[in-house]
Amino acid sequence: MIRLEHVTVTYPDATAPVLRDVDLHLPEGELCLVLGRTGTGKSTLLGTVNGLVPHFTGGTLAGRVLVDGRDTRTHPPRELADVVGVVGQDPLAGFVTDTVEEELAYGMEQLALPADVMRKRVEETLDLLGLAELRSQPLRDLSGGQQQRAAIGAVLTCHPRILVLDEPTSALDPTAAEEVLGAVTRLVHDLGVTVLMAEHRLERVLQYADRVLFLPGDGTVRSGLPAEMMTTDAPAPPVVELGRLAGWVPLPLSVRDARRRAAPLRQRLETVPPSAPRRPGPVALRADGIVVRYGDVLAVRGIDLQLRGGEVCALMGRNGAGKSSLLWALQGSGRRQAGAVDVAGRDPATVPAAEARALVGLVPQSAADLLYLDTVGAELAQADRESTQATGSTSSLLDELMPGLPRDLHPRDLSEGQRLALVLAVQLVAAPAVLLLDEPTRGLDYRAKARLADVLRRLASSGKAVVVSTHDVEFVATVSDRVVVLADGDVVADGPTGEVVLSSPTFAPQVAKILNPQPWLTVAEVAAALEVPA
Amino acid sequence: MRLIEPLPRALHPMAWWLWALGLATAASRTTNPLLIAVLVAVVAYVVVSRRGDAPWARAFSAYLVLGLLVVAIRVVFNALLGAADDGHVLFTLPSVALPGWAKGIDLGGPVTAEEILAAVYDGLRLAALICCVGAANALANPKRALRSLPPALYEIGSAVVVALTLAPQLVESVLRVRRARRLRAAPQKGLHGLRAIALPVLEDALSRSLLLAAAMDSRGYGRSNGAPLRLRRTTSALVLTGLLGLSLGLYGLLDGTAPRFLGGGALAVGIALSCAGLALGGRRVHRSTYRPDPWRGPEWLVGGCGVACALVMVAAGGYDPLLLHPSLYPLLWPDLPLLPLGAILVGVLPAWLAPRPERRVATRGARPAAVTA
Repeated sequence: MIRLEHVTVTYPDATAPVLRDVDLHLPEGELCLVLGRTGTGKSTLLGTVNGLVPHFTGGTLAGRVLVDGRDTRTHPPRELADVVGVVGQDPLAGFVTDTVEEELAYGMEQLALPADVMRKRVEETLDLLGLAELRSQPLRDLSGGQQQRAAIGAVLTCHPRILVLDEPTSALDPTAAEEVLGAVTRLVHDLGVTVLMAEHRLERVLQYADRVLFLPGDGTVRSGLPAEMMTTDAPAPPVVELGRLAGWVPLPLSVRDARRRAAPLRQRLETVPPSAPRRPGPVALRADGIVVRYGDVLAVRGIDLQLRGGEVCALMGRNGAGKSSLLWALQGSGRRQAGAVDVAGRDPATVPAAEARALVGLVPQSAADLLYLDTVGAELAQADRESTQATGSTSSLLDELMPGLPRDLHPRDLSEGQRLALVLAVQLVAAPAVLLLDEPTRGLDYRAKARLADVLRRLASSGKAVVVSTHDVEFVATVSDRVVVLADGDVVADGPTGEVVLSSPTFAPQVAKILNPQPWLTVAEVAAALEVPA
Repeated sequence: MRLIEPLPRALHPMAWWLWALGLATAASRTTNPLLIAVLVAVVAYVVVSRRGDAPWARAFSAYLVLGLLVVAIRVVFNALLGAADDGHVLFTLPSVALPGWAKGIDLGGPVTAEEILAAVYDGLRLAALICCVGAANALANPKRALRSLPPALYEIGSAVVVALTLAPQLVESVLRVRRARRLRAAPQKGLHGLRAIALPVLEDALSRSLLLAAAMDSRGYGRSNGAPLRLRRTTSALVLTGLLGLSLGLYGLLDGTAPRFLGGGALAVGIALSCAGLALGGRRVHRSTYRPDPWRGPEWLVGGCGVACALVMVAAGGYDPLLLHPSLYPLLWPDLPLLPLGAILVGVLPAWLAPRPERRVATRGARPAAVTA
């Protein structure tokens, strides 16, 4: 179905090719998972399949890409629209029309399909992806999972043989991600569509994959069966890491596989007492009766919350549950119709912005909004001036977070992880006692996430109160002491991570599911427990 | 006999536009405040009885307010700047002596009833035109109207649609960046503040446009458009000249004082050239339309009402101009001439002729966009 022959892709001004002499053959009806760290060429590989690389992105492609017998050298993306359907990372950015129904029809209109065929296919696709009730809804009002399904539906109506998905679940909460992946696997099983999917959240997708393509970062692509590839140095989800630790052969890929083999491990762990929870410090922020509303819509309904120094608190809940609104209200820059916030005797909403950020620091969801200068160095110097700190303070903070980041780079050219470190340094230089992060894990690969977890733990142990809103249950399991779950603007659960996460089927991390009913959350905990001889 | 009520559906947007433009032409032909008042009432009645429940349908009142504002501004300016020589003086404003270079402009001075009335009449006519456009916008989905453009204009249509979609996103991103600026306690005002907001917003807009372009390309936009350069040039030339002719013709038609050949002649030539261009251009386009709006009986009737109204008014103007333009010198109470009144009342028929709009049952499972902001 897809054949790459000696493909080498080089972007202009690049010193080395992104892809080097790649030979690949993907047969029909396979779900193929593309793995690799940020910047190893995953998006480039996906782009070659429908000709966006190099027709749209520039650069040179040597070798040949054949898609369903068509050569992408002579077929630009628009001429491949009936064979390849592409869904980007942010579905909203790719929508051309307003409503679900029109969006589903758009691609077919471009292919000049007759009106009766279009009508039939739209109805079929609405049913296939469970979008029928949403048909006349504006696309912008849909939730993240619904948007992602609408975007998939919009390319499916052209009956493509190949579906290319770039991180389809990275922005979604666990339930919405299940919805989308369920739809994708159904397409593979029922319609025989070949799916090529890039995804950082391996724990969600690995079990569905028929084949894994791993890009180690030197421009090559290694292809193999999932179980084979997991024995190499490819990034692995917790279930595989636990398997490696326990020496299970063959490696389990799904929680179900692992659980069937985990009985002996559970027995060994029974005798080990779990480590004592960390003791949090004094209350750093006290919020009473926070209410945030947008017109008639209540986003936050009178939440009381206390944050303690030395504690990392994870804020979880569906998309649109009120997490962002709560964080912005706590910082004092967002709306707050009622309630009070007290940080060291002051309310950040009533003091000037410069004082507010010395009380509570917030890293917003789109961290790039905070950056506007040409180079990293200029941003750092500007941050020193804004917070009236000695020259170089922000710079040395950044070196602690991410050593050796070149100062002459443009902030737009940084990877997600690097940009996050820069914004974190800019916000931390004001020395706030409370630090809030809104979805910092979006778009981070395993290594960047581990580094962020490390940074947050260090900040907490220096006495700061840290709040992270995220959908990433594995990240929560590694980093947080406490979990607060929001639903529809209310706090529905608040307690130590173990208690909250273990009792919830959606929020439980893989290790917890495997070793249930024992309260283990991460592979690192298990490893530590096994090392301590009983 | 009982008429069978047609199934509820959206009328073809072009029919509403034809109706609205017909009434606008009629309005432009008269300054008689009684006729204008009837016309605005007719337009408002049709809007209220046949608009849907979409957001743009609620915009009509905004156009009404805009119309009143236009009248008010005209009156104020006429009172301030008008040079009344004779007539009934209502009151006298303090006169301001202007320097020599502004000779010929009188600021203040006596204000006459004739002056004010002339301003009101003229303002009302303009307000009526605005109401007609507002009515078309309220009754016809603007994006569907663009979709029913001829194929050769498809590119322009989709560019406008994309712009309409991106504009609210731009506002959203300005608000988001402004809010983020406070997190850094950075200056919000002055050149520095402007740069700090404009730069991220523009970068954001640019990357969004690139993503959209890539998505549209992947989905087949602009497919099989390998038309030879000469054909494309000929098409553009034909369409552009045609549009120029159309504009001239419409101007001639709307402005009663313009020479007659400008109205009819230029319009005919413009239409012919445009049609030729569109037909030529349409040949190279391979695209179909999903659930196209049908053009059936009600569309003919609604459009016909507008056209009939315009034709009668234009003819009546030629027959007896004084009927449509009440005298100010001497100041007389305007008559309500029967023929033009009848013509305008034809415009109210679509309130019954057009099918009822389809009401969507609102499934409010989705959350409003504000929450995610």
